[in-house]
Amino acid sequence: MIKSIQELEEIRKKALEELEFRKQHGEGIRVVVGMATCGIAAGARPVMLKFVEEIQKRNLRNVTVVQTGCIGLCKYEPIVEVYEPNKEKVTYVKMTPEKVLKVVAEHLVNGKPVYEYTIGYEENKEANN
Amino acid sequence: MPLYRAHVLVCGGTGCTSGGSDKIYDAFLKEIEAQNLKDEIQVIRTGCFGLCAEGPIVIVYPEGAFYSKVADSDVKEIVEEHLLKGRIVKRLLYKESIEEGQIKSLNEVKFYKKQMRIALRNCGVINPENIEEYIAYDGYKALAKVLTEMTPEQVIDWVKRSGLRGRGGGGFPTGLKWEFAAKAPGDVKYVVCNADEGDPGAYMDRSILEGDPHSVIEAMAIAGYAIGSKQGYVYVRAEYPLAVKRLEIAIEQARQYGLLGKNILGTGFEFDIEIRLGAGAFVCGEETALMTSIEGHRGEPRPRPPFPAVKGLWGKPTLLNNVETYANIPVIILKGPEWFASIGTEKSKGTKVFALVGKVNNTGLIEVPMGTTVREIVEDIGGGIPGGKKFKAVQTGGPSGGCIPASLMDTPIDFDSLTALGTMMGSGGMIVMDEDTCMVDIAKFFLEFTVDESCGKCPPCRIGTRRMLEILQKITSGNGTEEDLEKLEELAYSIKDSALCGLGQTAPNPVLSTLRYFRDEYEAHVKEKRCPAGACKALLRIVIDKDLCKGCGICAKNCPANAITGQIKKPFEIDQSKCIKCGVCIEKCPFKAISKKA
Repeated sequence: MIKSIQELEEIRKKALEELEFRKQHGEGIRVVVGMATCGIAAGARPVMLKFVEEIQKRNLRNVTVVQTGCIGLCKYEPIVEVYEPNKEKVTYVKMTPEKVLKVVAEHLVNGKPVYEYTIGYEENKEANN
Repeated sequence: MPLYRAHVLVCGGTGCTSGGSDKIYDAFLKEIEAQNLKDEIQVIRTGCFGLCAEGPIVIVYPEGAFYSKVADSDVKEIVEEHLLKGRIVKRLLYKESIEEGQIKSLNEVKFYKKQMRIALRNCGVINPENIEEYIAYDGYKALAKVLTEMTPEQVIDWVKRSGLRGRGGGGFPTGLKWEFAAKAPGDVKYVVCNADEGDPGAYMDRSILEGDPHSVIEAMAIAGYAIGSKQGYVYVRAEYPLAVKRLEIAIEQARQYGLLGKNILGTGFEFDIEIRLGAGAFVCGEETALMTSIEGHRGEPRPRPPFPAVKGLWGKPTLLNNVETYANIPVIILKGPEWFASIGTEKSKGTKVFALVGKVNNTGLIEVPMGTTVREIVEDIGGGIPGGKKFKAVQTGGPSGGCIPASLMDTPIDFDSLTALGTMMGSGGMIVMDEDTCMVDIAKFFLEFTVDESCGKCPPCRIGTRRMLEILQKITSGNGTEEDLEKLEELAYSIKDSALCGLGQTAPNPVLSTLRYFRDEYEAHVKEKRCPAGACKALLRIVIDKDLCKGCGICAKNCPANAITGQIKKPFEIDQSKCIKCGVCIEKCPFKAISKKA
């Protein structure tokens, strides 16, 4: 029973959160998880679920999590790419649910990509070995 | 409320439902459960998306992938490929929504580009069975606004200033109607919603009730506040079971949330709504007949005045608007009358919903600003005529309306321009016809409808329309005379002048309008006993092309009337007096030597 306009407004805000991403994409941050067979085999599903969980927990309304097919670098799976408007995309590789916590906290919330998880960092590491 | 990473929207409009979207919805639930995705993905049934020709339709967000012509056997693939692995199932995407492999936004698809959705704003967007989704998109905010910030007089003033005219067909200024009802003396007043949509080929009111029932409920409550009424009725036909069900759910939810009933939003305002089912009689869409029917009597019209605003339901002042009119109200309150008045033409403000049907590629439900031309609707939104045929005319206004011929295709559509052309807006059915349509036959079709639906109370309608129909039958069967055309016109005008209600007064319109623009077709039927469109069976001749005929005799063997004779290896012939024009010979001829001739 809604007894006041404030209550109506609260319901509206809450319900809108859930519907926010039914608008056409384009604005906000997009987290794209590679979910081809290779990605799933490497453990992309728990990674993606962790993203969803964390984003919900922190109430990040401008972030959507979507899946994509094989990104092409199967040996680096699970791969997650983060697209921010007007910024270069950041590609995270060999992701785990634990790493997700840090990416969400530092990159999605504070805007600082976690370089040690990115493909550039991994490639350098391999080249140096 | 849990957060889902994807929403699957399955169209739950009647068109898609009859195409099996129920099964598709169930299949999604089952498959998602089987793949253990229940906590990640939400499946929702929405109202009509509009593009009925491409149904059943499924949209998956956040990608906005628009799948068309989906079958329940496709569901497994969508779940496994798209939802599980993120690979969009390209073969099922609506072809116009992909460009260079990228999914285009729905608004950029040709079908949607020229549209502007006000009355249909939530159709296909929200789950109509969930009041919170309606609230999320500013639902009941307009009601809250009028109850706390506006006086009833201000509400009426806004509706007047918006320039909104009744979308049921006549185009009477809505604000004026509200004012009459508000000023009528009496303590007990009623708010009625006319959802008795009966025009052949029209289904916009049904779609609004199915896709966004709360917008009508909210608007009726606003109207109740404006005119001083506590009780509303929605008169909807029983043939619309899905609309009735969604409306029932919506009313129940609105009551639970305290948005209907006593002390709404703590303001002391009281309003409730009941549903009244009609048996699906065309005449019950006429306002006086509708009210008689709600009262429990046989749905027959009575003369006006007194108008319902003065003496309506049970003799009390009653405000009666149709579904689409109401659906516009909350937006007008939220965005202001000036915003609404800035859309459309000088005397017809806002948008109009049309059910685009007939010989057009994209049949479906569309909403365009008033003043959009027939050409834009047929060619741009409708995607043109199928099979490379030529556009001939568009019929608007149902049995009360008439035709717009191809030569007037650039007419901007609004209430007054249509009236000037001898047709009308009506509830918004728009039937597109190509060169194969016989206009005499069309007039006959609509007259058959009115003859069937006449309530029989007044003789001009009961007897007059039947006489007109008999003449049209005579003409289409090849027995018409020139005198018949004169008689037809004379009858038409006298019925127009003498019938009791709008149904009878407008019944001759399809005849008058086709006589106006396609008189040559009538004359060809009467003088030359020929149907130029090749549609009137009795006037067709089936002929064998002597050059193509190889004399195999297959046609003669299959002819059920023994009308074909000849010698093997010589061209066969059809005896026109015996031929019943069934067309079997045309189908059976292996050499395509037999055809219909007008």
